[in-house]
Order: sequence, then structure tokens, then C-alpha cells
Amino acid sequence: MSGKRRIRVIIAKPGLDGHDRGAKVLARSLMERGFDVVYTGIRQTPDDIVRAAIEEDADVIGLSVLSGAHMYQFRRVARLMKQNKIEDVLLIGGGIIPESDRPKLARIGVSAVFGPGSSIDEISSFITSRCRRLK
Amino acid sequence: MSNIRRALDSWERGKERAPDRFTRSGIPVKALYTPLDVGGGYVDKLGFPGEYPFTRGIHGEMYRKRLWTIREFSGYGDAIETNRRLKYLLQQGETGLSIAFDYPTLLGLDSDDELSRGEFGRAGVGISTLDDMELMFQDIPLGTVSTSMTINGPAAVIWAFYILAAEHQGVLPAGLRGTIQNDILKEYMAQKSYIFPPEPSLKLVVDTIEYSSKALPQWNPISISGYHIREAGATAVQELAFTIANGLTYVEEAVGRGLDIDDFAPRLSFFFDSSIYFFEEIAKFRAARRIWAREIRSRHNPKKERSMWMRFHTQTSGVSLTAQQPENNIVRTAIEAMAAVLGGTQSLHTNAMDEAWGLPTELAATIALRTQQIIAEESGLPDTVDPAGGSYYLEWLTDKMEEEAYAYLDRINAIGGVVKGIKSGFFQREIAESSYKYQKEVEENKRIIVGVNAHIQGKTAEIPVLKVSERYERRQISRLKEYRRNRDDQKVRQALNHIQKVAWEENLMPGIMSAAKAGATLGEIIGTMKDVWGEYREPVIF
Repeated sequence: MSGKRRIRVIIAKPGLDGHDRGAKVLARSLMERGFDVVYTGIRQTPDDIVRAAIEEDADVIGLSVLSGAHMYQFRRVARLMKQNKIEDVLLIGGGIIPESDRPKLARIGVSAVFGPGSSIDEISSFITSRCRRLK
Repeated sequence: MSNIRRALDSWERGKERAPDRFTRSGIPVKALYTPLDVGGGYVDKLGFPGEYPFTRGIHGEMYRKRLWTIREFSGYGDAIETNRRLKYLLQQGETGLSIAFDYPTLLGLDSDDELSRGEFGRAGVGISTLDDMELMFQDIPLGTVSTSMTINGPAAVIWAFYILAAEHQGVLPAGLRGTIQNDILKEYMAQKSYIFPPEPSLKLVVDTIEYSSKALPQWNPISISGYHIREAGATAVQELAFTIANGLTYVEEAVGRGLDIDDFAPRLSFFFDSSIYFFEEIAKFRAARRIWAREIRSRHNPKKERSMWMRFHTQTSGVSLTAQQPENNIVRTAIEAMAAVLGGTQSLHTNAMDEAWGLPTELAATIALRTQQIIAEESGLPDTVDPAGGSYYLEWLTDKMEEEAYAYLDRINAIGGVVKGIKSGFFQREIAESSYKYQKEVEENKRIIVGVNAHIQGKTAEIPVLKVSERYERRQISRLKEYRRNRDDQKVRQALNHIQKVAWEENLMPGIMSAAKAGATLGEIIGTMKDVWGEYREPVIF
């Protein structure tokens, strides 16, 4: 094993919805692919999530929302990241998110949105390529 | 039988066998099924529709006499906007109402709670007061329509609002027909809209069962749901087994309080998923009826036949829908709906094609409704009872589903029952395991999903999705503030104090009704119970 640090990912569910299937499958799949993964559980506030990202020294925050509250929740997380000067952490999202919201999410700093039908390979190679670029 | 055996042997001889295939639950499927796979015991295993063990249906004539209820799950924005959509659906030929609530409501929070921000009206309608409930049903006659409400943690409060709204329309509780989902056990397992810990939650569920058995004899106080367990990743077998285990737990709790099985069991209802693996779904429904009848009879010895009926609602699978090539979802939904009808469902919701993107538009919701009408009025499926019954494959698979479900029931029993299993994370782990395995099969192309890992078409054309205007939230919050200003706070406080005092000791329904009548909001009533019972935190398992 090389001493190289593994990419550290926080998978989080902000807001009130309990649809955690996607978040859990992704967390476990990324772990099996060699990422360091922390899954926060459901009903996290943006503060909880950003605090966890700082404490864990995360490279990536992945947010999952299926209740339609993604604009509000993602925006709050992005704002807190900026306030805490961790906007270099890669922010990605997933869930039931209409196409028309994606450009708006991109503008606030969400680098990619993975909806239903996204493959784990697609997500993990996106993370790997972007993290390499950030470093 | 022996000449079938001989003929089969010669048929099989010299054939090159293709590799085994498996159902979604992992049951191996052979190339061919014959009478040898079914065995005897027709009367014992299948019997006649309307007779024990009800494998072929709970009614003698099934859909020849009365079609299933077409019930499209609906709700978004505020009460006023949802009222408009409900009336539209009724005009289009829907035969029962089904209400989707937003997340704040599902968790017992008022629309203007800090935690509700960004969530109001998004995943369903936001309801905080009796006044909201009355507006949602304005000009909809609650004495004739039946209403199903998908609400769990705060079901008792939402139900109280409904009963009082009907009273204001001049309809007495005894005349009300409908369902509250009120199945808290599957919330801990799968859907995760729990509020209190399991013990007080179960107490509250039994309060509603007891109350309805006395005051609302035509109401289903619970809809014991496999749907969410399945959607969270469980297999059909797990859905079947966990749902029945939950159902038996509620029955034990109610009997434990001293209720007579025949006073409440006929009003227990169920709710299943219908996914895309056609025959396994039909088999699941038929096995479910048989297991439930057997277990209720052997454990509780009811006098009424109805106490052994498993009546259920079905929804097609949301998870089976794809964001890619969304029009294909119309076809998936039609296949799933047919499985539900061949399985003998009592009511049905068909999903709309755009639900991998957002809430359905009016057009998408109408196509979903028409899908049911085509099955009901064109396909001929309703013309005879249990038309798929007698298929060697289906009967074999029905037996197999039953056998596998019983194996799970034994395991649940061995770990000390449902509540223990929830607290130790048994169910959550089982479900997470299945969903992970499924995803892996998809990634490895062992499971084909058209448009996702086969027959991919490049970029999906954008389809219209429903926009929930922020105007609804502003309208709701100003109405809510107005509502609080116009009530007698002293009376509200008294009513809430009473709830706090008797939360453990008495049936809470009368207290909740008084509080609602005095003008207490959903958030205030649930908040009072949180003060007594605390809030649940789940073990995080993935």
C-alpha cells in the first residue's frame, strides 16, 4: 500500500425526507471502491453536514434529497461551505431533481447532479477525476 | 401423475439446458412447470374465492361485481391548490381519493416551523390545522367519497382534523369511509418518517384502532404497508414477510389491550408494491392472503370470516421508473398494474411517467389514470375471478413465496419479534443488503433496465415537470398566522395540557379531537406528545 491518502467522502441527507436507499447504496459502493466514506444518516441540517465535512477533512460532500427541497437545502450547504472557507471541497448531489433546476444548482457550486439511473461507476469516476484536479 | 412424469422425462431428455434464471427475490426458475410442481390440495391451498384461505380472492365474484377502486395518490402545495387537483381527478373518473402530505406534515411540524423551510408543499400537501383540512375538501362530499391518507407518525392528529372537517360538512363519523396509513413499524424499517420511539408509537396506533372500532366502523385505521419496505430495496419475499410480521404485531398489541379480534381485524387493511417481475408479484399477493388468513385463524380464532380477510391497496413501483426515456414508464406501470389486478387488489394507484423527475403533471397523472381504465374496461381481466390461477408456474411460485416468507417469520420470531428487530437494525440491514445486491446486479448488467444499461439512447429529452409555486407557501404561512391569532389560546393550552397528562394512560383520540377543535395546530399537538414521549433516533446502518 502506498501512503497516499484515500479520497474522503461525506454522504449526507439534508432536510426531512427519509428516502435513504440511494445514499446508502452509494456510500457502501464507494467504500468498496476504496474511498473513505462517512454516511451521516437522515434529517441532517446543513450545519451538521458542513461541520462533519470540516471534522472529517472531507474532499467531497454528496447530498441526497428526494423531497423536492433540493434548491433550498443545497443552497444552504453551499453558502455554509463558503462561510467556512471549504468551497474547495467537491459538492455533488443526487435525488429526484428536475432538469430545469440543474443549471441553477451548477451556479451555486454543485458540480454534478446524479439522478435515478446514474451508475456507481459514473459517480466514482467523476469524483476521482475532479479530486485529482482539485489537488 | 406417473404418465406425466414419463412424458416429462422424455421431453427433457436430450435437451440442452439453458442456465437457471432467478426471480427478483432470487428464487430459481425452471424452464417449464407442470402438474408435478403443483401437487394436490386444491381445496386446502386454493379453495374458492370468498372462502378460506382466500388465495383466489376475498370476494366470491371479485371484479365482476365491483371493480377495484381507482385511487391516485395526489397532493402538493397548499390545501387550496390540492383541492383543485382532487376535484380534477374526481371529474376524470377517479373513484376514491388518496392524499400525499409534504414532509413537514409527515413529521408533525407546522408549515411555518424553521425545519419546514424549503419543504412545504413539495412532496405533497402541507396541512397544519383543521381549517387547512376543511379547505382541502371544500365542495367534496365526505359522506360519499372515500379518502385514503398517507400519514403515519401524526396519523391520529390528521385523522382528527378529517373527522372534524366532515362533521362541519354535516357528515357523522360513523358514515365516513377511508384509510389512514398509520403503520409506524415500517417507518422505522424503511420510510423513516417516525417521530416517537416504537413503544409510545404503538400505543398511539392502538388508540386509533380502538377508537375506530367504536366510532368509525367503516374506517380502516391502519394500512399495513409493504410498499415502502420494498421501495427501500427489499425483495418481494422480504416485503411479504416483514409486512405480515408487522400486521401480526399490531394484532397482538390490540388484543393485548383487550380488544376482541372480531371488533377490529375486519378493518385492518394492507398496502403492497407491484413491481416489474410480473409473476412473482402475482404470487406474492396470493400468498399474502393465504398466510394472513392462516395466521389469524390459528393464532386468534376469530368468529367472523372477515377478520381473516387481507384487503389491500397496491401501488406500482416508483423505483422501477427510469429518468431515462421516461415514456417507457407508461409501459412499466401498465405491466405492474396488471399484476396487481391479477393479484386481486382492492384498490390501485398507478404511477405517472414523470415521477423520476418530480411530482406528476396533470397530463402524466391523467395517463396513469387512463392506464387503469384501459385495464378495467378494455382488457377483460375483470371478467373472471383469479384468471391467472391454475397456471402451474404461478401456483408453484405462490407456494414458494409462502414457504420463503415463513422462513423469515421464523427468523423474526427467533430474534424476539419486530420491535426488537427494529432496534437492533435487523430489518434495516436485510433491506440494505438486498438493495446493494440489486444495484450491483444492475451495474454488472445481470439485471437489465431498458434505457439505463441497455438500449441507451444518449441524452434524454427534457420532459415537463410540475412546478410547485412559492406562492402557495406564502399563502399558507399567512393563513396559519391568521388562524393562530383568531383562536382562544387559553383553550388551546388547556387541551394540550390534557393530552400531556393522559398520553400514556388514556386513549388519546378524544383529547386530540378537543385540541383540534380548540384550534391547536398539528405541530403543537405533536410537540406536546414529544414532550412526554421523546423523539426516536435510529441506528445508522448501510
